[in-house]
Amino acid sequence: MQNPANPPRAGSLLSDPKARAWLFQVIAVIAVVAFGWYLFQNTQHNLQQRGILSGFQFLSNSAGFGISQHLIDYAESDSYGRVFVIGLLNTLLVSVIGIVLATLLGFVLGIARLSPNWLVRKLATVYIETFRNIPPLLQIFFWYFAVLLPLPGPRQSLGLGDAFFLNNRGLYMPAPTLDGGFWPFLVAVVLALSAIGVLARAVRRRREATGQGFPLLLTALALLVLLPGLSVLLFGKPFVWSVPQLQGFNFRGGWVVIPELIALTLALTVYTAAFIAENVRAGIQAINHGQTEAARSLGLPPGKTLRLVIVPQALRVIIPPLTSQYLNLAKNSSLAAGIGYPDMVSLFAGTVLNQTGQAIEVIAITMSVYLAISISISILMNVYNKRVALIER
Amino acid sequence: MKMAKTTLAVLGTAVLLGASAMAQAGATLDSVKKKGYLQCGISDGLPGFSYADEKGNYLGIDVDVCRAVAAALFGDASKVKYSPLTAKERFTALQSGEVDVLSRNSTWTSSRDAAMGLNFVGVTYYDGQGFLVNKKLGVKSAKELDGATVCIQAGTTTELNLADYFRANGLKYTPITYDTSDESAKSLESGRCDVLTSDQSQLYAQRIKLAAPDEYVVLPEVISKEPLAPAVRQGDEEWFDIVRWSLFALINAEELGVTSKNVEETAKTTKNPDIGRLLGTEGEFGKDLKLPKDWVVQIVKQVGNYGEVFDRNVGAGSPLKIERGLNALWNKGGLQYAPPVR
Amino acid sequence: MLTHTFKPDQPPPRTSVGIVAWLRANLFSGWFNTLLTLFALYLVWLLLPPLLNWAVLDADWQGSTRADCSGEGACWVFIKARFGQFMYGFYPPELRWRVDLTVLLAIVGAAPLFVRRMPRKAAYGLAFLLVYPLLAFWLLHGGLGLTPVPTSRWGGLMLTLVIAAVGIAGALPLGVLLALGRRSKMPAIKVLCVTFIEFWRGVPLITVLFMSSVMLPLFLPEQVTIDKLLRALIGVILFQSAYVAEVVRGGLQAIPKGQYEAAAAMGLGYWRTMGLVILPQAMKLVIPGLVNTFIALFKDTSLVIIIGLFDLLNSIKQATSDPAWLGMATEGYVFAALVFWIFCFGMSRYSQRLERRLDTGHKR
Repeated sequence: MQNPANPPRAGSLLSDPKARAWLFQVIAVIAVVAFGWYLFQNTQHNLQQRGILSGFQFLSNSAGFGISQHLIDYAESDSYGRVFVIGLLNTLLVSVIGIVLATLLGFVLGIARLSPNWLVRKLATVYIETFRNIPPLLQIFFWYFAVLLPLPGPRQSLGLGDAFFLNNRGLYMPAPTLDGGFWPFLVAVVLALSAIGVLARAVRRRREATGQGFPLLLTALALLVLLPGLSVLLFGKPFVWSVPQLQGFNFRGGWVVIPELIALTLALTVYTAAFIAENVRAGIQAINHGQTEAARSLGLPPGKTLRLVIVPQALRVIIPPLTSQYLNLAKNSSLAAGIGYPDMVSLFAGTVLNQTGQAIEVIAITMSVYLAISISISILMNVYNKRVALIER
Repeated sequence: MKMAKTTLAVLGTAVLLGASAMAQAGATLDSVKKKGYLQCGISDGLPGFSYADEKGNYLGIDVDVCRAVAAALFGDASKVKYSPLTAKERFTALQSGEVDVLSRNSTWTSSRDAAMGLNFVGVTYYDGQGFLVNKKLGVKSAKELDGATVCIQAGTTTELNLADYFRANGLKYTPITYDTSDESAKSLESGRCDVLTSDQSQLYAQRIKLAAPDEYVVLPEVISKEPLAPAVRQGDEEWFDIVRWSLFALINAEELGVTSKNVEETAKTTKNPDIGRLLGTEGEFGKDLKLPKDWVVQIVKQVGNYGEVFDRNVGAGSPLKIERGLNALWNKGGLQYAPPVR
Repeated sequence: MLTHTFKPDQPPPRTSVGIVAWLRANLFSGWFNTLLTLFALYLVWLLLPPLLNWAVLDADWQGSTRADCSGEGACWVFIKARFGQFMYGFYPPELRWRVDLTVLLAIVGAAPLFVRRMPRKAAYGLAFLLVYPLLAFWLLHGGLGLTPVPTSRWGGLMLTLVIAAVGIAGALPLGVLLALGRRSKMPAIKVLCVTFIEFWRGVPLITVLFMSSVMLPLFLPEQVTIDKLLRALIGVILFQSAYVAEVVRGGLQAIPKGQYEAAAAMGLGYWRTMGLVILPQAMKLVIPGLVNTFIALFKDTSLVIIIGLFDLLNSIKQATSDPAWLGMATEGYVFAALVFWIFCFGMSRYSQRLERRLDTGHKR
C-alpha cells in the first residue's frame, strides 16, 4: 500500500533496485546484440562488396597438397575436411604425449624440489627457475633449430644397433606389421589383462576384509609374460618387424618420429613440467607435516609415505592448477606453426586458409576446436577431481 | 542510475561509430589520397623482390611497383607504407582493406582472381617453379627426386604444383611446410630436406642467403607457370586501373627508351607522339585515370623504367644476376608487353 | 663435602659439525641419497663444463664481423654487432634517446611507488598512470614537435616492452569490470561475462593475434583502418583481460561478507561499495597474482612473430638469417632467452616477496 502522504515520484522505478537491475540487464543485452549485429552487418557487406566466397562448401573441395605427418591415410586428392581431421589429430597427438610426459617429469621434479638431498633440491630449483621463465616459442625454436636440425644427415645417422636411427630427419625405429600369430597373441594379452583385473579386485577385497596382502605386481607380470609367450610358442610370431633401412635419400620402412614433433614435444614437456613441479611442491607442502610423522611412526619407509600417504592427499590441492597447466599445454601446441609441424593451426588455419581464402570460416572452426579441447580437458579433470576429493564422512 | 548512464554511453559510442563509418565509406583512391600515403603489402623478406636492408629501407621489384603507384598518385615515390605479410596473411590482408595494393610475388590464378575477391593487375615477373638441391646429392634432374624430402612454404601455389608434379611422375616425397622462406632455407642448409622448391626467382634469392651458395644448384626443370602479379580488391575499377597502368607505364617507358636519366629531357624535347602521350606532353591521358598530367614522368624519374627496376633488383646489377629470359620485352624475345597509352 | 665441578664441554664429534656433517646430512644420508647425489653430480659434470667452455671460456668477445668468430665457442660478437637492432628494431638510431628517456622516466616515475611509506601513494600512482602513458606515447611515436616514428619501425626489446605494458594496462580495467560482472547478481550480466572470459581463456593467443591482425578489418566498416600494432594490442588486451578477471575474482572472493554488509549498512551503493571498500582490499590481495599474469603476458609477447611484428625474438631471428651472420642461431636464441629470463625471473622474485609481505595481512 502506498502511503498517500508520500506519493510515488517519477523516478521511483529507477530507484527500485530490482527494476534497475532488470533495466540494466536489458540494456546490456541489447548493447551486446547490437554490437554483434553491427559487426555481422559490416562483415556481410565487406564480403559481398569484395566478392569473397563464404560458407563451408570448401571443406569438401580437394586439397591438393602434401602433408608430412598424417595419422590417417591421406592423398593429395582428399578433401579439406580430411585435412582438418589430420590437423586435429596431430594437435591431439602432441597434446596427449606432452601432457603425459610433462606430468611424469613435473612430479619427479616437484618431489626432487623437496628432497632432503641438497644437490638434488638445488638442481631441481635451477631447472624450474630456468625453464619457466623462458617463452615456450623460444624453447621450441631452440630445440628445433639449435639442437635437432644440426644432427647429422641420414647417411651419418646416430644408430642404436641396426634398428634405431637418429638423424635430422627424425627418429627411425622398427615398426611391427601383423603376422599369422597376431590374433591368438591379442586374445592372450586380453585374457592376461582381464585375469589381472579380476585378481586385483579379489586381492583388494581380501585386504579390506582380512588385512592380508598378496604379491599382486609379481603375479601380474608373470601372467603378462606367460600367456602371450605361450601363444607365440603355439601359433607363431604375432608381428614381423619392419626395420628402417637407408634407401635413396631417406630411411625407408619402420616408424619415424619427425623432428618437428620431437622438438615440439620436448619444448612443451620441459616448459610445462617446470610449472607442474611447482604445483606439486605447493600441493605436498600444503599437507600437514603431522601426516608424514604419523606415517613414519607407523613404520612406513619414506618412499611408501610419499606414495601412500602424502601424494594421494596432495592430489586434491594439485589437480585444479594441474588442469590449467594441461589447458595451457594444449593451447601452446598451436606454436607448432613456428617450426612447420602440421598441427591444427599451421595446417588448417595456415595452409587451408590460404588456399581457400576463407579466413572467417577457418578461424571460427579453429577457435571452436580449441574451445572444445579446453572444455573437454576441464570436464575430464573435474570428474577426476571429484573422485579424489575429500569425502567427508 | 550510474549503471544506466554507463550503458547509454556505450550505446552512444556504438551509434557514433556506426555513423562515422557510413561517412567514411568510399573508394580506395579517395581514401589513399586522404591518408596521403599508399599502404602496400609486401613479402616478409625476399631479396630482389621485397626486403628490408639493415636500416629498415625496403628494396626490390615488388617494392618498386608500390613506389611507382605512389609516384603516379602523389608525385612522390616515398609516400608508401609497407606491411610485410607472411604467405598466409597476404590475401586476407588485402581483402580486409589493411593494404591498398598487394605486391608480394603472388601467382595469378583463376581461383584467386575469382573466389578470393582479388583482381590481378598485370604481370610484374614471369616465373616458374624450380628445385634447389645440394650438389653433393648428385641429382641432375627433378625426375631423380623419388623419395626426397622437400621443403616448401605454407599456403603457396608451389605446394599444389609440387604435389601435382610428383603425382604425375609417379614419385614419392615428404613435404615439410614452413611459414617463411628463411625457415625453409635454414632447413635445407641443415639437411632436414633434400630439396627446396619455390619459384625460380626465389630460389636464386634464397641461394645467395645460404652460407655456401656455390654448393647448391637450381635444377633445370620448370614445373609450372607462375605469373607474379600485384593485386587489388575487386569492385573498385578506378583503383584497379591506376595500379594496372602504373605497372604498364614502367614497361612502356622501357619499350620507348625512356629512362630515369633522360626522362625530364625527353619530356621537353621529344617529337615522338608515342612518347609524348606517355609522358603527358600530348593529350590528357593522365586525367582519364584521375592522375596528374606528368604521372609517368614522376614514375620513371623516381623509380626508373621496367628494365632499370629489373636490372637493379634481380638482374645484372644485383647479386642475384637473373637473366631477363621471359621477362625481356616482347620485341626482344620475352613476354613483357604493355598496351599503349593513347 | 663434595664439590661438583662441571667438566668443560667436549667438542661435538667431528661427524656432526662442519662441512663433513653437512655433507653427510645433506648428500650422503643412506644409500639411496648417496646414489642420487652421485647421479646429480654426474649430470652436473656432464652439462656444466661444456656449457662453461662454450659460453665463456672458448667464446669470442672481441671484434665486429663474422671473421672474428673462431668457431670453437659461442660468438658473442654477433650480439654485440646487432645489439642496437635487438633493443630498438628499426627505430632511427639518432632518435633512440627518446626510447631510453621513456624507459628512464618509467623507472624514475615508478620508483616512489615501491617506497613503502610514501605519503599519498595512491594519488601519486593514479596521476602517474594517467600522465605517463601519454608522455610515453608522445616520446615514442613523435608528433607535436618531435619527428614522428611510425610503429612499423618499432621493434626489438622496446616493442616487446610496449606490447607487454600496454597489454597489462589495458587489460587491468577491463579485467576488473569482467570480474565484477562475473560476481554480479544479475544473471544476464553474469552469463555475458562468463562467456567472454571462458571464450578468451579457451583459445590460443596465436589465433587471437591472427584474427586481430587480418580479420579485424573485415569486421569493421570499409576504409576504417587501424594500425597493425594497435590491432595486435587489442587482441592482447582482450585475451589478457580474461586472465586478469580470473585473478581479480579470486581477490573478490577472499573479501569477507562482513565488508559488503558493512558497506551496505553505511548506505553505499554498488559502485561506491566496490570502489571504496571492496576493490582496494581485493586488489591488494591479488597483486602477486597480477604480477604472475604479467609474466605470462611478457612471455606471450613473443608470439607476435606469427603476425610479422619485429619484437625481440623476431629481430633476433631475422638477424640470424642475415647472410653475413649465418650459423649464429644458438647465440641468438640464448641471448633472447637470457633477456626474457632476466625480466621474468626478476618479476617472479618480486611477486614472491610481495606474497610473503602481504601474507601477514588478511589471510589467517
